[in-house]
Amino acid sequence: MAQNYYQPEIETMQPEAMKKLQSEKLVKQVKHVYENVEYYRNLMDEKGVKPEDIKGIEDLHKLPFLSKADLREAYPYGLLAKPLGDCVRIQSTSGTTGRRVVAFYTQKDIDLWEDCCARAIVAAGGSNEDVCQVAYGYGLFTGGPGLNGGSHKVGCLTLPMSSGNTERQIQFMTDLNATILCCTPSYAAYIGETLKEQGYKPEDIPLKAGIFGAEPWTEEMRRGIEKTLGIKAYDIYGLTETTGPGVSFECSAQTGMHINEDHFYAEIIDPETGEVLPDGEKGELVFTSLDKEAFPLLRYRTRDICVLSREKCSCGRTLVKMAKPMGRTDDMLIIRGVNVFPSQIETVLLNEGYEPNYQIVVDRANNTDTFEVNVEMSPEQFTDKVSEVLAMEKKLANAMKTMLGINPIVHLVAPKSIARSEGKAVRVIDKRKLV
Amino acid sequence: MAIKQLTVFVPNRKGTIVAVTDILAKNGVNIRALSIAETEDFGILRLIVSDENAAEQVLKENEYLIKIVDVVGVKIGDEPGKLTSALDVLDKADINVEYLYAFMARTEKHAYVVLRVENNDDAETALKGAGFKLISEADIDKL
Repeated sequence: MAQNYYQPEIETMQPEAMKKLQSEKLVKQVKHVYENVEYYRNLMDEKGVKPEDIKGIEDLHKLPFLSKADLREAYPYGLLAKPLGDCVRIQSTSGTTGRRVVAFYTQKDIDLWEDCCARAIVAAGGSNEDVCQVAYGYGLFTGGPGLNGGSHKVGCLTLPMSSGNTERQIQFMTDLNATILCCTPSYAAYIGETLKEQGYKPEDIPLKAGIFGAEPWTEEMRRGIEKTLGIKAYDIYGLTETTGPGVSFECSAQTGMHINEDHFYAEIIDPETGEVLPDGEKGELVFTSLDKEAFPLLRYRTRDICVLSREKCSCGRTLVKMAKPMGRTDDMLIIRGVNVFPSQIETVLLNEGYEPNYQIVVDRANNTDTFEVNVEMSPEQFTDKVSEVLAMEKKLANAMKTMLGINPIVHLVAPKSIARSEGKAVRVIDKRKLV
Repeated sequence: MAIKQLTVFVPNRKGTIVAVTDILAKNGVNIRALSIAETEDFGILRLIVSDENAAEQVLKENEYLIKIVDVVGVKIGDEPGKLTSALDVLDKADINVEYLYAFMARTEKHAYVVLRVENNDDAETALKGAGFKLISEADIDKL
């Protein structure tokens, strides 16, 4: 039986009631953290904040921030708020940059995380009549375990495929009539291409919905995946530091992701000053875990640049919505005073029919920033006429100008000529030295 | 009748042309004619070679951006005014020349012009109609 919401009392809660719930949870949580986490207690003491100072959600801004650097410093047990005897699981980040982050969960933490994923599955049209193929990685990575748990809660028949072995994915998908696919968007696109090569038309594929996240993807990619697989594709957001996928999820409106704000309170701050910004303004996304027990991060800076919206949603949910993150604070470049995110360049390239293999080179000449973008062209795009190559460069530069508001110089280059690091093109070279 | 031209994209940097000619030389590919168009950033090498398929393969293996395009080859007398008369023919037939380059034969008293136009058939018909001799790949191999 299809339903609209997994936990309607929360998902459609009136704002005043939600604020009251959040406030009650926060007061308890701050006390719990102050008593059990020495690392954070020290941060609060340094700032001169006592648990009694936090009387409600409106006092949240008084608390100190936590950053990725804090997590590294406190590794592995420094932010643990429960005895290990009460913990039942760890999950971990991929650890590509620096030390891994290890997050701990009690059974209650796992339950609330799986509830969040269940809300996402139901919002994508899932019910106990669905067959949910989970092709996220299982293991330390939160993707597989999170959606697996959510799928159980909804009562879907769960196919715990993990990622990879595409032939087997397709065999189970078609033999067992999977209706919901959960994986990274790039893997969804790959499965889609493989199905197409094998002669499957979108109408022959049993899937009706996909829940895709864990990496940046564009609206163009979404439309492409929806077309090849014949599905509606839903975005999902999360991070190991807070729980994993399901911190926020998309509904049928596909205009941003509802944050499960009864568990994770979101703030947008100015990344420079730390000041809280009003809804609708762009800044860094900060999460406070309101009721997690084992690893309750308060005011954790995600480094994702984002906007919150409390506009009424057509799906009926009252949960605040976040836009797809527009980039990372650490990726953001300020060129001639304008904020530039590599993801914006990527969107332009996909729109214009290029592969997203590019490199931004920023330098300084005559007290002005220079802004150049190298873009690899494909053999099909290459022409023997200089004028046509120059026209292609100009067209790309104009499209980037429209997107960014500043004019880059675009250089088309040969495939694979941009330096790679572990298979990924090195996206940004900033040669500016401002002393 | 069309001649196959090998087109190679190279960055406009020291040593990039020699890198291409070196790969061709090591693989026994002979260059019959060569022209370069360059901008501040990149160059496009246009080559008529003894074996364009072999050249394409070895250059692709070395990650070069390659395109083989059809061009028109025409034989003209090696004396003042002959190129002009050939171009006049195309102009009168309203055929736009994208680019051209010329080379000399080792023995004969003739020059050869390679023309890149929008429509090869139209150019060939116009030139033939005006009495010019077109050249084929085989003719080039014999030069």
